[in-house]
Amino acid sequence: MSLVGHQSPPIFKQGPTPLLRLFVLVSVCLVMLVADLKFRYLEVVRQALSVATWPLQMAAAAPVDFARNAAVYFATLVEVQQDNADLRNRELEAAQRLLRFEQIEEENRRLRGLLEMRASVAVKSVAAEILYDAPDPFSRKVILNRGSQQGVEGGMAVVNEQGMIGQVTRVYPVQAEVTLLTDKDQAVPVQVARNGLRGVLAGAGQGRLELRFTLSGADVRVGDRLVTSGLDGLFLAGLPVADVVSVDREAQTFAVIVCEPVAGVERTTQVLLLGRAEFPPPRPVPAAQPEARAGRKG
Amino acid sequence: MQPTHRSSRILLPAKSWFAYLSLLVALGLSYIPTGLAPGVPDWVALVLAFWSIREPLRVGMGAGFVFGLLVDIGHGAAMGQHALAYVVLCYLASSVSRRVLWFPPAQQALQMFPLLLLVQVMMVLVRLLAGAEFPGWWYFLASVTSAALWVPLNYLLLLPQYRPVDRDENRPI
Repeated sequence: MSLVGHQSPPIFKQGPTPLLRLFVLVSVCLVMLVADLKFRYLEVVRQALSVATWPLQMAAAAPVDFARNAAVYFATLVEVQQDNADLRNRELEAAQRLLRFEQIEEENRRLRGLLEMRASVAVKSVAAEILYDAPDPFSRKVILNRGSQQGVEGGMAVVNEQGMIGQVTRVYPVQAEVTLLTDKDQAVPVQVARNGLRGVLAGAGQGRLELRFTLSGADVRVGDRLVTSGLDGLFLAGLPVADVVSVDREAQTFAVIVCEPVAGVERTTQVLLLGRAEFPPPRPVPAAQPEARAGRKG
Repeated sequence: MQPTHRSSRILLPAKSWFAYLSLLVALGLSYIPTGLAPGVPDWVALVLAFWSIREPLRVGMGAGFVFGLLVDIGHGAAMGQHALAYVVLCYLASSVSRRVLWFPPAQQALQMFPLLLLVQVMMVLVRLLAGAEFPGWWYFLASVTSAALWVPLNYLLLLPQYRPVDRDENRPI
């Protein structure tokens, strides 16, 4: 080791110079950044190291947990009674819908049987609570209090009582990281509930969403409800996602369609994780591939 | 006025285990889930800068790299984002160490501010190049609060190295 900018006689063994060490470490960092951000190669390393930092993270989160629990403990009786009354009313409303739902589901099952359609997908769900915002200020992510030990899987949709708020992107043993819809890199395949027009919804900053790559002539109106299309094979179809707020057809080929999430994406605490219990059959092999294989054989 | 070492006290040699313990405590502080509140000081950067200036032969770029990676993992940031910024911080801090130590702590804080700001600017540049959203100007408040914490932190981390004060009129120092 030698000091930066300090020239000492070369008779002592000093190892690489500081400038060389800086160069090597910066190159390693840049390679890691590219591998992580562009190719997602480093998830295994991240998982392994996160096990090591786990106790420290738990210790650091303890005072915050304590403060939150204390705040709940000291909530006034009046608030709790008010909440309770609201919940009873809502349960009554839900109950009559649920009664009809069971009958309709039975009817649906019989009709599907008559038409020889595949039974609708089985659903797997996990209830969870949002612990806190992830500290990375460059993305919109939150941390949940459920992880792989409770059956959380990457790719599950995260919903609250109003609609979808995000997707599970990383799973740790007892925590999971959710990327909110408003994140710039989070894309959701959606369709317009009114006419079934498909599109891709992505975050646009400032809590807004954008329906991308929709032609300016497409039939999208202000006020349209967007629901998940389920075409990605991950999300269930029909979860409410967003409402169209403004449509600008003056732009070039694609219309600029700004949407607002249905659920209060940045203000919710109790969520439900929804995933498919079984995955859809693998995609059909493209037509060109068998030929290529045959060519290699011959 | 020429700055002098007159105001500084004679220090005992720093212990390696204390340096690494303080880095671990800083790591724990940075893991406290404060959400997206602006102005949360970058504890690990501060402590790394302190040891790079005081003990450049013991704590340097290697420690910066390792602790940077640990911060990246805890924050769910891109792997290598903090590591890159901390490696450069340690290099620059150790290269200015012999100048900075001539100044009293308050003026040291002024000299640390550009370095801490550079750490944040590097992270913003890396993430913007990768296509992330600009986090807003409030993000840079963190380096101001970090620099403001330099003086108390300086005192706290020097405490184990201080010798008990015993004044002797017949001894020059």
